[in-house]
Amino acid sequence: MTVVQDEPRVEELLELYRRMSLIRATEKAAYDLFMSGLVKGTTHLASGQEAVAVGASAALEPDDYVFATYRGHHHAIARGASPEACLAELMSRATGLCAAKGGSMHLTVADHNMLGSYAIVGAHLPIACGAAWSARIRGSGQVAVAFFGDGATNIGAFHEALNLAAVWRLPVLFVCENNLYMEYTSIKTVTAVAQPAAGRAPAYQLPAEVIDGNDVVAVRKAVSAAAARARAGDGPTVIEALTYRQYGHSRSDPGKYRPKEEVDAWLERDPLLVLAERLRDRGVDQPAIDRLDSRAREEVAAAVDAAKAAPPPDESTAFTDVWADGGAQWRT
Amino acid sequence: MADLITYREAVAAGIAQEMRRDPTVVCLGEDIGTAEGVFKTTAGLFAEFGPQRVWDTPISEQAIVGAAMGAAMTGLRPVAEIMFSDFLACCWDYVANEIPKMRYMTGGQVTVPLVVRTANGGGLGFGAQHSQAVENWAMAVPGLKIAAPATPADMVGLMAAAIRSDDPVLVFEHKQLLASKGEAPPDDHVLPLGVAEVRRRGDDVTLVALASTVPTALAAAERLAGDGIGCEVIDLRCLVPLDARTVLDSVARTSRLVIVEENPYQDGWGATVASIVADEGFYDLDAPLKRVAGACVPLPFAANLEQAVIPTADRVATAVRQTLDSG
Repeated sequence: MTVVQDEPRVEELLELYRRMSLIRATEKAAYDLFMSGLVKGTTHLASGQEAVAVGASAALEPDDYVFATYRGHHHAIARGASPEACLAELMSRATGLCAAKGGSMHLTVADHNMLGSYAIVGAHLPIACGAAWSARIRGSGQVAVAFFGDGATNIGAFHEALNLAAVWRLPVLFVCENNLYMEYTSIKTVTAVAQPAAGRAPAYQLPAEVIDGNDVVAVRKAVSAAAARARAGDGPTVIEALTYRQYGHSRSDPGKYRPKEEVDAWLERDPLLVLAERLRDRGVDQPAIDRLDSRAREEVAAAVDAAKAAPPPDESTAFTDVWADGGAQWRT
Repeated sequence: MADLITYREAVAAGIAQEMRRDPTVVCLGEDIGTAEGVFKTTAGLFAEFGPQRVWDTPISEQAIVGAAMGAAMTGLRPVAEIMFSDFLACCWDYVANEIPKMRYMTGGQVTVPLVVRTANGGGLGFGAQHSQAVENWAMAVPGLKIAAPATPADMVGLMAAAIRSDDPVLVFEHKQLLASKGEAPPDDHVLPLGVAEVRRRGDDVTLVALASTVPTALAAAERLAGDGIGCEVIDLRCLVPLDARTVLDSVARTSRLVIVEENPYQDGWGATVASIVADEGFYDLDAPLKRVAGACVPLPFAANLEQAVIPTADRVATAVRQTLDSG
């Protein structure tokens, strides 16, 4: 795959917008379903961070590996999960993406090599290294991408992963979604360097780039270049995408620790607004963009209806799939 | 007379057998390549299979086991070494939270066919952070299979089974057994996981043992035989799957049970075996069961102190006599 052109064609931009809008509508539905009591447990919404998932996915091959975090709905959908399967999972339905055994924090689309959403911060970075190592040994030409939050850069697994990836020159991309907050705490108050991911890359002699994570075109370009380097045998890249989550950390967090001016400034730079402006600059009129939004809302509304109508998982499935034979027997 | 091999050689032999058969089997760990492992349990692997199959890693337990997991999810069968089992604590997230849960929480979308092999147990004077028997740590986590061979032939057969398993398997290699010798297994030796072996027949009391406590139990049994006491010694071989049936069937004949385990009494694997027998074999027992386990202290350094806190043949023999005297 060649590195993508800096400026995508209008049709490509429209497709990127369609995908981002679909994620936005799904996250809105997840929020509403949670507030109405139909989603239990917790959710970590990625509204505001759609450009990272969609831009990166557009730059990857279909069989490349993607590893995400507990804030991972956007990555599951970007790699091919349907909003219905995701929402059914959140709503504990038998038709859920993970048969209602994973929940919001563990969305996985193995058919599309989206190999999991991990709820232990930073754990998946070494796992992504392993997928990249496997691709290298098998000579498959695949790359692995680990998406993670800024908070993950202060955990040991991040550093072990960057070092191993560097010394083994693994075809892996480390893409930090720096949304400025580790849970409820400003990342800059707990991190020794200004750029939590990119600022650590030089210690491992890895190339790094800080990009506008709310500009889907910038994300696509950076990931495309990094993936091309990885496929060429030139090893890993660290990408730090500056972005912002529009909801709080999780379902119970109104995000009041964030200054209003900061929130407002980032809402003005909403990735969908940024892309809409780009589309208008390219001659697409606003009603055409609005139609993409309403289609996304309609698709998600149908997904919500279908998920609501689906049955809960059969209780017997609590005792399946511990082992590869499908069972759970641990003794004679 | 069959050829003899050491338990140490059997580790590498089992891995090599599977690496020859299956090109997706790869090894990774600290010092396992040209250095051939600090315990020489990977001797010959790098020379035979080269750097594309045998990978030296940094001292990064999370990266080792995490990378093994990612490779296992994407078409390889990695065999990761954690040098001392105590260091499993450094990558416990992967062993407890990631590897055993991945298949289940994805609704069966993913399998994780990997082996984590590690040098376990005391008796060599390595002190409190390099001597623990930690097989009970792993047994506390649903979703892991656990093998702990006691003989060289079993090491080959269980290692092969672990590598062929589509489930994650922890293989505990007991440090005190590394120099022990036994009959070499036949070619392409593979044992099933979760099938215990009766090492000695006897009618008076059942001894249940694992790894290093198998020779300990056998030594006690030999001593007691001189007094006319017949001990049946069961080598569990695996903790998960647990061959409880063999234990229950034996207790149904002997009516007495002594469990010999090196991990600490507090939450050791023997407690699970004891609870199964109490639940399902209670009316077969003629006396309270006994557990001879590691003492509930950190492992001390000095040899006499270490021997004071891990199971010995003396303590096993005493426990057997107590069960015979008490009912």
